[in-house]
Amino acid sequence: MSEILSGLLIGAAFGFVLERAGFGNPNKLTGQFRLTDWSVFKVMFTAIVFAAVGLMVLEKAGLVDAGSLFVPPAFLGAAALGGALVGAGFAIGGYCPGTSVVGLMSGRIDAAIFLLGLLLGTVVFAVIYPEIEVLTTLGEFTKADSLPDAFNISDWSIDIGMIVAAVGVFVLGSWMEKKSKGPVSSQA
Amino acid sequence: MVNKAGQVKPMPYMNPLLAGILLGMVLLATFVVTGHGLGATGFTTRLTAWVGMYVAPVATNANDYLGGMVEEGKPLNAWITWQVVGVAIGALLSAFLAKRIRIQMDGKKFLGGAKRPMTALFGGILAGFGARIAAGCTSGLGLSGAAVLSLAGFTFLGTFFAVGLLVSRFFKEGK
Repeated sequence: MSEILSGLLIGAAFGFVLERAGFGNPNKLTGQFRLTDWSVFKVMFTAIVFAAVGLMVLEKAGLVDAGSLFVPPAFLGAAALGGALVGAGFAIGGYCPGTSVVGLMSGRIDAAIFLLGLLLGTVVFAVIYPEIEVLTTLGEFTKADSLPDAFNISDWSIDIGMIVAAVGVFVLGSWMEKKSKGPVSSQA
Repeated sequence: MVNKAGQVKPMPYMNPLLAGILLGMVLLATFVVTGHGLGATGFTTRLTAWVGMYVAPVATNANDYLGGMVEEGKPLNAWITWQVVGVAIGALLSAFLAKRIRIQMDGKKFLGGAKRPMTALFGGILAGFGARIAAGCTSGLGLSGAAVLSLAGFTFLGTFFAVGLLVSRFFKEGK
């Protein structure tokens, strides 16, 4: 498959599903942080578990070469700091980078402003990069990049653990949704 | 469906379990086809370099972070560009079919009321800066990184949700 076509098709499926889930709506997205709408956790956990188990099965079947998959390097300090900043940006701005594109395409002006902010944040980073370059490789864990390697646990034990955690998220989330205002609907 | 005011009622959002399975299928297919996961800020970083090439060519060329991307004059020439263009097309199609396209300044109720443009801008700046520190965003490092069971992916998701929970406590709900 040509690179352009695979990018467009995969991207279109990604954007379609995000919009269907309601992830172009900043009220719904931030409902996760107010603990009144657990859709973000539910969708993300399900997708992660589905893909992780799927990859494991395809690897065991010899259809996917585990060595050819990109595993991000374990700069754990950088990941923690970046995660904190993206989390703060999400709680304040109402989107994460990908979902702001979805928000924009459904007509949201605030999503366009968030996207502009993304570019400005990148400019700020690039301008002061020589001073903060050290942050991008902060806290490297040298022994391993993945959870199974780091703790010497099999990947299927981790997958089972994640399935249990995902079920827990659905149970806890649905309970907290019932106790509060509940999920944000598209018809409010 | 048409309500009393004569407006077309949008379709309800998809069940999160179903949406999660579909998203998982897309993510799995992405790994099988490309060897890596989904993303977003790979594109916005390249877009920044592209804009810089026209607005401030000398500074962009000399920049340690963006300079390499504009070396050959085509910073947008990458798979992630097509993927994000695809996201825009798919989101537009879905919103159109579900009758959810509405030009509006959304999020005022929970995110700053009349100051909503400022919260959107400031949140975007923080997220854009943070994604460069971590070399990934919620999709690229969180979602895709966790699917390959990476320590960086889980670490990112942990602080992402902890700080998000904390920061959202500072917002009061408007009317």
